[in-house]
Amino acid sequence: MRRLTIALGLVVSAFATMGAQAAPPIQHWKQDNGARVYLVEARELPIVDIRIVWDAGSARDSGLPGLARLTNSLLDQGSGEFDADAIALALESAGARLSRGSQRDMAYLHLRSLSEDKALSRAVETISRMLAAPSFSENDLARQRGRMLVGLRAAEQDPGVLAERAFYRTAYGDHPYATPPQGTEEGLRAITRDDVAGFYRDYYTAGNAVVAIVGDIDEQRARALAHVLTASLPEGEAAPPLPSVAMPERTEEITVDFPSTQAHLMLGQPAIARDDPDLHVFYVGNHILGGGGLVSLLTHAMREERGLSYSTSSYFVPSSQPGPFVINTQVQAERADEAVEVLRELLQEFLQEGPTADQLEAAKLNITGSFPLNLDSNSDIVGYVSMIGFYGLPLDYLDTYIEKIEAVEAKDIRRVFQKHLDPERLALIRVGPQAELP
Amino acid sequence: MRNTELFRSTGRAPLRRALLGLLALLYLALGTAVAAAPPTIQEYTLDNGLKLIVRPDHRAPVVVSQVWYKVGSSYEHPGITGISHVLEHMMFQGTENYAPGEMSRIVSRAGGRENAFTSRDYTGYYQMWAADRLPLSFELEAERMRKLVLSKEEFEREVQVVMEERRLRTEDNPIALGMERFNFVAYPASPYRMPVIGWWEDLRAMTVADLQAWYDRYYAPNNAVVVVVGDVEPTDVLALAEKHFGPLQAEPPPPAKPPVALDAIGERRLELQLPAEVPFLAIGYEVPSLATTDEPWKAYALEVLAGVLSGGESALLPSELVRGREMAASVSASYSLATRLDSQFIFAGYPAQGHNLDELETALTDMVARLQKSLVEPERLERVKTQIVADHLYQMDSVYYQAMQIGILETTGIGWQMLENYEQAIQQVSAEQLREVARHYLQPARRTVMHLNPLTQRGAEQ
Repeated sequence: MRRLTIALGLVVSAFATMGAQAAPPIQHWKQDNGARVYLVEARELPIVDIRIVWDAGSARDSGLPGLARLTNSLLDQGSGEFDADAIALALESAGARLSRGSQRDMAYLHLRSLSEDKALSRAVETISRMLAAPSFSENDLARQRGRMLVGLRAAEQDPGVLAERAFYRTAYGDHPYATPPQGTEEGLRAITRDDVAGFYRDYYTAGNAVVAIVGDIDEQRARALAHVLTASLPEGEAAPPLPSVAMPERTEEITVDFPSTQAHLMLGQPAIARDDPDLHVFYVGNHILGGGGLVSLLTHAMREERGLSYSTSSYFVPSSQPGPFVINTQVQAERADEAVEVLRELLQEFLQEGPTADQLEAAKLNITGSFPLNLDSNSDIVGYVSMIGFYGLPLDYLDTYIEKIEAVEAKDIRRVFQKHLDPERLALIRVGPQAELP
Repeated sequence: MRNTELFRSTGRAPLRRALLGLLALLYLALGTAVAAAPPTIQEYTLDNGLKLIVRPDHRAPVVVSQVWYKVGSSYEHPGITGISHVLEHMMFQGTENYAPGEMSRIVSRAGGRENAFTSRDYTGYYQMWAADRLPLSFELEAERMRKLVLSKEEFEREVQVVMEERRLRTEDNPIALGMERFNFVAYPASPYRMPVIGWWEDLRAMTVADLQAWYDRYYAPNNAVVVVVGDVEPTDVLALAEKHFGPLQAEPPPPAKPPVALDAIGERRLELQLPAEVPFLAIGYEVPSLATTDEPWKAYALEVLAGVLSGGESALLPSELVRGREMAASVSASYSLATRLDSQFIFAGYPAQGHNLDELETALTDMVARLQKSLVEPERLERVKTQIVADHLYQMDSVYYQAMQIGILETTGIGWQMLENYEQAIQQVSAEQLREVARHYLQPARRTVMHLNPLTQRGAEQ
């Protein structure tokens, strides 16, 4: 064991210098129509990933929960003379894959294509035509709405989903983040074609778009393709800022009766925005508490010491406005009280004491050492680059990442956790069988 | 269930011609692209029987190292189901030279990500980290390959964790619970009928002595395959493997018992009532895998057939049943050719609102009848092949996935060499062969049908 430790020390110091070079260079430009484009050339595989992201997530639903997701789901269902079949045919004949989605902040289209000229052009032109004049036909709207309603019902079979919905509702109150991206039955039923067309007109603009391109492509061609992709969009402007988030006034406990064998527990609160200067400190603190996998404090206490749960973790969602910090676990229904007590005590203790020197060192070594794993595939890189573009982070975000992590001290974590979290204002959710409890 | 969507083959004529032209060009491009892309795979066997497979990928300074054991739930028998998976958990709970959890702490401090997985045909352990950490992977894995310490105390706590895992994954998930019952009926004589995570009774009755016997029988270098993909040189990796795994002693090979074959015993149906919100349909047909088929083209034809049915938005099921007839909210066909024993070709889906399980079942049965009667149009067949070959290339983006592919092929007895012939084998599948496998395998006598009916009031309204 001693030999091993020494060897490790050497490797780590050698690696720290290498880490600084690990992030790929990002090229960036803004088009005349306002679209912001980010490019990373990765020439090894003959493939290209293009991700277009709009500030058009469910935070823009404006009283019609599900509007953002439904609009996004209709983008490949028809445009002009091009119906859903023709769109699919054109993309798939070229070997391309298109996926789409929307969360609270963002909505996106993601194209993966061969980099070969004809195939890539065909795929990009198809997307351009899709975006030019989406039909939003009544028939397509009804079908996609129906499918989302079935999806919503299917999701309600999952106590984890119910817990998450109750959590956001409780933690965010009147804020747009309170509503689920997959919508609600009431919201979906109320949405009309005009709502969808209006949402598209307002938010799917060039000025509200970020285009991230990663793969076997040079700048000149990337510029041309980005132009084709967004040429059909109205210029528009970036969406206005979302309302600020109010912290809950006190801890609120919500219990949802559900016929499961486990209780699903979530506790947390609105915590931190993506552009917050404390973000790296918060990241390291969360890694120690519950983000670092099997070795984190929460997993250790719940799984390794007590055998209470298979999975216990904490995470946070840095967003345009402060996204939540959440502790999440599932335990045998009979042991839910015990689990809640363990989790609250651990959080309280961590807020007061912060990490030990050894915990901090271990976390920093893991985060900095595993940094290259975050960037080892084109799909990882395009995710980071689109995130940097969407939130307007500096282009050297990835280059300065390791040094910022290394600068974090235990007292910073204590300060930042105390600043952003308040254990007297938690949303505490339990979903599980209530009647059968003794 | 993936949310697959739709299609109908009514492309406008001018577009169609344009696409045909494109296809020819695409094939040229794909031919060169794919031929140039995959780095060479190197295979070595140490004197003690351990197999080492290395695929260099120098795109990023990282490596994934996986140790695969040829053991999983399909090696188990009633009474000890779930034992391979519980043993996988115990592999993190201490060895002669490492305390419980210590390996995880070492991996984490060294900037690694680690985990393990158990399936029907294999149990695997992996680390991903900077490429220069590979020696540490081998040092830790060599230790736990032979020097695991199974303590009663650690086991009694860890089996509780596994029971929570079963509650989370199966008990409280109606689709998973339904598919568990489905498998029990669809595989009348195959060990694939037993759940990987094990039955409750077997988990409760499991002992440390059971685990010790399982470990002694299967965890030896001659029953292991080490797969390394990343920024490494094969000869360096071989030297490292010789150093760390070379000294380990081989064991008598585990007894190999032939699987029982009960072919085409007749249709089986399950009507399940479960706490759920929406009805769900699964139809499975008994089919061979690439490992068990008498002729490889049959497995490739089944793979292409799954692509014809649900390989994309333009495939038959999304096009005709989700969009055209609006019969399904989502529906898919799936087939994995990489299994050790005979497999299933499975249709699964949720009826659309206003439709029920019987209607969706009939629609799928009609679709099967059509594939048995008519040939798939050449254009559609070409498109599906293009997509399968392109997807195969896209998977090269992930070093983890590349390693998974190699490990699965090795532990199912197919062999990684299949990757080198895959594209050609797919291209050779003909419309006649698709019709032939549909006629031969998609027969009622080979079929299991499951209707999952929601117990809740709301679900009952459907």
